[in-house]
Amino acid sequence: MARTRLDAEAKAGLSLIAPPFLYALLILAAPLLTILAYSFLTDGYLEIIREFTWANYVQVFTDPITRVVMTRSLIVAGVVTLVTVLLAFPVAYYVSFMVRPEKKAMWLFLITIPFWTSYLIRVFLWKVILGYNGVVNSSLTGLGIIDEPLTFILYNVNSIVITLAHAYAPFAILPIFVALEKIDRSLLEAGRDLGESRAMTFWRVTLPLAMPGVIAAVLIVFIPTIGDYVTPEVIGGGKVPMIANLIQVQMLALDNRPLGSALAVTTMLVVAVISAIFLLMNRRFLKVRR
Amino acid sequence: MNRSRGRGLQAYTILYLMFLYAPIVLLPIFAFNSGTIIAFPLQGFTTDWFQQMWGNATLRRALINSLTIAVSASILATCLGVFAARASTRFEFPGRGGIMGFIMLPMVLPEIIVAMSLLVVLLGMGVQLSILTVIVGHTLICMPYAIAVLSTAFSSLDRSLEEAAYDLGESRWGAFRLITLPLVMPGIISALLISFTISLDEFIIAFFLAGNEPTLPTYIFSQLRFPRAIPVIMALGTVLVILSIVLLALGEYFRRRGNARIGGSPTGGLM
Repeated sequence: MARTRLDAEAKAGLSLIAPPFLYALLILAAPLLTILAYSFLTDGYLEIIREFTWANYVQVFTDPITRVVMTRSLIVAGVVTLVTVLLAFPVAYYVSFMVRPEKKAMWLFLITIPFWTSYLIRVFLWKVILGYNGVVNSSLTGLGIIDEPLTFILYNVNSIVITLAHAYAPFAILPIFVALEKIDRSLLEAGRDLGESRAMTFWRVTLPLAMPGVIAAVLIVFIPTIGDYVTPEVIGGGKVPMIANLIQVQMLALDNRPLGSALAVTTMLVVAVISAIFLLMNRRFLKVRR
Repeated sequence: MNRSRGRGLQAYTILYLMFLYAPIVLLPIFAFNSGTIIAFPLQGFTTDWFQQMWGNATLRRALINSLTIAVSASILATCLGVFAARASTRFEFPGRGGIMGFIMLPMVLPEIIVAMSLLVVLLGMGVQLSILTVIVGHTLICMPYAIAVLSTAFSSLDRSLEEAAYDLGESRWGAFRLITLPLVMPGIISALLISFTISLDEFIIAFFLAGNEPTLPTYIFSQLRFPRAIPVIMALGTVLVILSIVLLALGEYFRRRGNARIGGSPTGGLM
């Protein structure tokens, strides 16, 4: 009796999940498998030669340009993640611990508004702010603080990092905020009552309990940044490409789909491996919740 | 002591908010500035850029395309999302975690990979690129966000209400239509609004899958190369910001009303 009921429930659940699942299979899984297959073929002059080969992967791993661009993407994504999460933590902490409960929704709303305005225009405005005659440089020269415009924020990796740290701010704040909200406040009082200092209570109680949120924030920022296409294109003026720009060039401009596919698959693998290592390193924090 | 610590954090948070709002504050400043170069000092006040924006035929076409795409994709994503949210919050079935994880995957997959793989398949099948192919792609990437919002709405439902309807002789579909649907309606509306906003602002998929059809973001991208076109883009950005804030406020209003209806707390955000 119990068994048939379970089966009926499983059946109902499966038939409900079928439409979105089939859609994702058709529109996501099939294309991903296609580029996986492409990545093992050879690019002919007008058509793809259907023969299994590792040559594309060999080229991805040995080509110096690919290596430079891949390293740059990893460094940019790593720095952006570090900066974004470090800057975001105190904000999430403030909203969760210092703001009165009825005001929290308003603060979160304030934090998310800039995120909902056109991504392209925001990126372009950072170019305006950081540019040679930009807001920062013209104000600083106008105030007589500097004579020559600052060049270290011009159209390079630094300006890409600033722009991306701005673009992904809400993605870092929200998961950390949610984790902080879940912390039982009496645990902190207990820590204080047992004679720990405020800093030690934070270090030994608050931070470990907030780690699931920090880990989520790191992954949510790191994964999309590594594949960002717009920022290097608009800010870097195409001079400092990241891996997404390289994939696009191979796929479309050079029309070498097997090599482009191998690049895309490699990127996904690199992202997956880094995420897995990161999760493994932090697994003790993820267990704490249970 | 606690208060002084709070002060420091508050000052930091306000500085951080200034960083978040820095680019957005510049938008209306340059949209109403009569100079054609986007730099300080400002020239004078003008509304020319808004008039030029209004008279631009390509822009109007891009707007119509974007609206068509956003409306279609948000409806499709929300419909598919209702199935997924209902299934995952109400039923136990084998492989639930894996299937849901897979459906939510586009949230963490770099968009360029989604766009490129889809493009390769579409070109391989000889499909003509149009706003239809963009709708297909946008539905895929909006679906996880719709599900995230809808799952909150579905999981806070009181199951006994539905069972009461069954006991009183309603069919499964009848109970869903008369009891569940009205209760999750605020969630559905905010899922629609969030999907709409995401689709309206999405660039990568629209850039690669639209063929020759412009959408708002791809039109903006094409204009960023021409310094003379920038002031009009600033005016357009100003209008879009106001529109987004109105839509967001509406979404938040419906979400809170829904929470109040099922007795939830008013805290928590769109995520």
